[in-house]
Amino acid sequence: MDIQKYISSGILELYVYGALSEKESREVSRVLKEYPEVKAEVEEIEKALLTLSSAAAPNNAEHLIASIKKKLTKSPTATEPTETPVRKINWTTYSGWAASLLLLIGLFVFFNRTNDLREELSAERARNAQMEEQIANAREDAENAEELLAVIRDKDVQRVPLKGQNVAPEAYASVYWNTQENTAYIDAKDLPEPPRGKVYQVWSLTMQPLTPTSIGLLDDFEADDNKVFSLKNPNQSEAFGITLEPEGGSEAPTMEQLYVLGTVAAL
Amino acid sequence: MQQDALILELQNGNERAFERIYHLYSESTYGIIYSIIRDETIAEEVLQDVFLKIWDKAPSYSSDKGRFFTWVLNIARNAAIDKIRSKDFKNDLQNLKTDNFVDILEAKTNFSEAVDSIGLKKYIDALKPVCKKLIDYLFFKGYTQKETSEELDMPLGTVKTRNRACIDNLRKMVIK
Repeated sequence: MDIQKYISSGILELYVYGALSEKESREVSRVLKEYPEVKAEVEEIEKALLTLSSAAAPNNAEHLIASIKKKLTKSPTATEPTETPVRKINWTTYSGWAASLLLLIGLFVFFNRTNDLREELSAERARNAQMEEQIANAREDAENAEELLAVIRDKDVQRVPLKGQNVAPEAYASVYWNTQENTAYIDAKDLPEPPRGKVYQVWSLTMQPLTPTSIGLLDDFEADDNKVFSLKNPNQSEAFGITLEPEGGSEAPTMEQLYVLGTVAAL
Repeated sequence: MQQDALILELQNGNERAFERIYHLYSESTYGIIYSIIRDETIAEEVLQDVFLKIWDKAPSYSSDKGRFFTWVLNIARNAAIDKIRSKDFKNDLQNLKTDNFVDILEAKTNFSEAVDSIGLKKYIDALKPVCKKLIDYLFFKGYTQKETSEELDMPLGTVKTRNRACIDNLRKMVIK
């Protein structure tokens, strides 16, 4: 099957619209599962249509989720407690009182039990929700990690280790430099948190003569979970350095505050 | 892959999955419904019904039949069309014949400063008149290829290839 021809025939667009017959649709679904390039194409078509139709929405509909969620059909709600039948006995008034009292006690106990159960149930639900949240977070973390791995594994990426300097001998950082995409990923996990009002600034250096060029700041350092920052680096860098600078960065590096430094291995 | 997992969770009745699905598709669905109904309040009602239906009917969705997006789209278009055909819908239907999604985008560009007007304008400008019609019929109104071909007096094959070129243009605008 000529996949390129298949893609350019226009059948995939009709497929996403839902304009094909059921039989044709099933056929496309089958092809899509077999050829990743067809799937990628369909996903792009879908994304374009999703964006276009979103633009036609009069406003954002996020706020409706709460009222929709209330109406979601769940398993039928707990059955109403059935009333205990009271037998009609024409005894003395005393027994009537006694019966009502018993019934009252019974109802009270019953009510308490239901309340306990209800509390247990809602605690259980909260626990479940929490678990789900944790799982979702873990999954998100895993996805982020995968993305990072993909960056590092790229064949055009060169890793440059940056060693701690006088001010911070314990500090350490790595630059993953993608020379094709002119992007430098700074892994700053082992840099100490910058003091208030200060920010790390990353420099690309060329030797002879020594010329530093700023490639960016590690903004929001504390808030960044993975401490990996991506910066544009179109320079012919021979080395990288990170200095501590006043907020907003500096024109030229403050050499006394040079935290880490490393040279690019010649290829 | 991730999308598949999400849909599976939805089918298992997971409310969190439902929320994510809502987040992913509600705006687009709202756009489709609104382009057919043209009344914000009624469109919101229909949108709610559509998502309740998505929740209830999710187990019946199968990726063998088509995309999840398409499945949602069908539910939305059908619900919106049912609504305008219903007796309690008293809007002026005459407008609907000539109007399409382009007017909505144009109206949004003219009257609203909040939305990304330049972005919207780009879509409108990028699409040739015939593209606007093709996309309106096939996507927003859910016509079949044959119905579109008759409506536009265009051979069946041409509908398919022309539309492909239109979507290509749109993709260039949307996906950088």
